[in-house]
Amino acid sequence: MSGTTPPWVDALTALLVVLGALAALIGSFGVLRLRTFFQRVHAPTLVTTLGVWSLTLATVAQLSFEHGQLYVHSLLIGVFIALTAPVTTIFLMRAAVFRARMRGVEIPMPGDPPSVDDATRGPAGVDPGH
Amino acid sequence: MSPLLSWALAFALGCLALAMALSLARMILGPRAEDRVVAFDCLYMNTMLVVLTLGLIYRSSSYFEAALLIALFGFVGSTAMAKFLLRGEVIE
Repeated sequence: MSGTTPPWVDALTALLVVLGALAALIGSFGVLRLRTFFQRVHAPTLVTTLGVWSLTLATVAQLSFEHGQLYVHSLLIGVFIALTAPVTTIFLMRAAVFRARMRGVEIPMPGDPPSVDDATRGPAGVDPGH
Repeated sequence: MSPLLSWALAFALGCLALAMALSLARMILGPRAEDRVVAFDCLYMNTMLVVLTLGLIYRSSSYFEAALLIALFGFVGSTAMAKFLLRGEVIE
């Protein structure tokens, strides 16, 4: 391997890579740790924003200095994920609300005054998973 | 490649492997189907990040296309599963 990148580019890439991996780890830990489904949907957002963008930018920096020209193909991944992850998440939330109502769980309609236990235990009546 | 960068990449691979294990655990013990789909979402995101990290380790720019394909097919699969949970059919 003939690494010809200047040391500050290596340091920047290392910082971005570690930041992105830690963000992905924290997000996945949230998926495992949070109690109700409606709290769990929000955890992968950390992976799809900070994790994806920092690793993408690390790839851009490293490959640009390696090839000697600007290499921004990887930004396509970040843009694509930023466009598609909210779509999936909104679909999933709708499906979860629909299925919870089919099971007979009381889920407040939009516009209802928020109940007290929304802040601590999620929507009223949704049983904590684990 | 400087030793700092190689150690950082190894640390990142370890973190991402642990993240994949955590989402896989939620996928196995998620009480309902929605939880499993969320965990699958998280799992393929982590897989894509692993592929990007491997591209940095092996200094090859062709790993990026694999990561893009993983993102694309993961999005299609998750959306199809969410649609199925919502309607009982993927394409009506």
